[in-house]
Amino acid sequence: MKKEIGLVFIFLALIALVLGLFWGCAGAFQFVFPGFFDAVPFYKTRPLHVSFVISWIVLSAIGGIYYYLNTHFRIPLFSRRMAVVHAWIFGISAALICACYLYGKFGGREYWEFPAVLAIPVFISWFLFGFNYFKTIAKKTGTWPVYLWMWGTGICFFLFTFSESYLWLFPYFRNNIVRDLTVQWKAAGALVGSWNMLVYGTALFVMEKIKGDKQMARSKLAFLMFFLGLANLMFGWAHHLYIVPTAPWIRYLSYAISMSELLIFAKLIWNWRKGLGSIRRGFYFLPYRFLIASDVWIFLNLTLALFISIPAVNVFTHGTHITVAHAMGSAIGINTMILLSSALLIIGEATGYSFSERQKKTINAGFWITNISLFFFCLFLILAGIEKGRLVIENKLSFQDIMLHINPWLISFAFAGLGLFTGLLLVTFHPLLAVAHYLRKKPATVILENSIANS
Amino acid sequence: MPLHIKRFIFWGLVMLFLLDSAAVYLSDSQGKVSSTLLTQSARDGKLLFQEHNCTACHQLYGLGGYMGPDLTNVISQPGKGESYAGSFIKYGTARMPDFHLTDTEVDALLAYLKSVDKTGNSPIRDFDIQYDGTIRTASKE
Repeated sequence: MKKEIGLVFIFLALIALVLGLFWGCAGAFQFVFPGFFDAVPFYKTRPLHVSFVISWIVLSAIGGIYYYLNTHFRIPLFSRRMAVVHAWIFGISAALICACYLYGKFGGREYWEFPAVLAIPVFISWFLFGFNYFKTIAKKTGTWPVYLWMWGTGICFFLFTFSESYLWLFPYFRNNIVRDLTVQWKAAGALVGSWNMLVYGTALFVMEKIKGDKQMARSKLAFLMFFLGLANLMFGWAHHLYIVPTAPWIRYLSYAISMSELLIFAKLIWNWRKGLGSIRRGFYFLPYRFLIASDVWIFLNLTLALFISIPAVNVFTHGTHITVAHAMGSAIGINTMILLSSALLIIGEATGYSFSERQKKTINAGFWITNISLFFFCLFLILAGIEKGRLVIENKLSFQDIMLHINPWLISFAFAGLGLFTGLLLVTFHPLLAVAHYLRKKPATVILENSIANS
Repeated sequence: MPLHIKRFIFWGLVMLFLLDSAAVYLSDSQGKVSSTLLTQSARDGKLLFQEHNCTACHQLYGLGGYMGPDLTNVISQPGKGESYAGSFIKYGTARMPDFHLTDTEVDALLAYLKSVDKTGNSPIRDFDIQYDGTIRTASKE
């Protein structure tokens, strides 16, 4: 009586999302109301927020990959035990990382703010995942769809860039400030690209599943998109570093490559939606809705990303809240919408649970509250960023004066964040209960039966 | 798209990426700032900067948190300087916690910030916009 391991990851992911939102709200209010929630100061709430949100993204993507391999490709995992060990290592590492943050033990590097020694179990868990993945798909014959390439590439590049982000442990890197900053943000930029590979691969899989068109993920356009995304992952990270005095070629290369990836991705979704019949759209109503929302956010984020990748614009926007708006638009608008779409598809299919009309209304209300809040959340950040950039460059005001000027936008942003938290709670509440109930009750064999019945 | 073309593009990109990575690791900064700038005290300061997660609130070259100011040039900024930064580090403020640092630790952090200050300018206020959308700035010597 074994539980489906993919659903265990989805369950952990949804919990991470809720906790990430909680710490994000706490941090936002601490930012604008000093003294708020002093028990856990801002320098602890920020890494808690960041780590939980990253956990949500990678856990839900990993859960989907385990599940889809097992049920849709009908390829049994190379080792289920290895996947269980993966989940345990991830869970124990997460608990230790949280304890370190709460006790004020830091490594102090962006994204990975925990002590460096905890990178070892994180690396091992990803290595096990990668090993299991490649041994499993090695059994698959015939043409591989593009998402199998994307998932494999995402895993390999995660391992590479995660290791690269710890090169600072060597004095050669650590003792040269500019080299250290350059390598740190090379790794961080490519790291985001590597989990985006997992997320965009998931989006393509869900699109294929909803449409029932197996050719879409094998088309030339899909592979061109993949290779452009890969080029962006590899060389497009230097927009973080335009103002750092690195060697100039690093900046020019990044500028030349920048942002073609999202354009092609949007085109792909647009093509997919045009050819979709209303019956399948109705059958997969909730996953479809979240996927379409991600499409809208891709266009909005693409516009912003193209602007801030121009060095002459970047010099005004770098280090301002516009960068945060871009990051939030990507993490919530694109990644979270895609991953919620995937999670809802899996939960509906694997548990056999169908949401009542009332529950659907709750999720629907959450969907709208989330998207409207996110729009204003990003808008207030952009307005704060424009104001800050202008005041820094043109008026040359001090930090304190600038903060006084932009504070109304930041207070509005904090309340929009509260709206976002509320919306995503409404979206995740019933799915989370459904998975929890299922994991307590049902064996994995029923999942396979449900999957066969649904396909 | 035939498999051999997919493989050729994929491995070609991987090779270019490895070459690019090696070039980045070996390249020095634009301003010819060498590792000799980091004294032992500054190296200790850099580790303290990380151990106290200063990046959660502060930026270097616009990279990091938004709660406090960018510290790249806090040492050389008019009206600021070592004693100004030192008193913030030592006692904290309404927003910044007092980390109860010893005098040696405060000196180490100041030594690190002095080294950072010598590498360049952030934010960049004096620049020329080029026809291709890039900017031209003077590097700090």
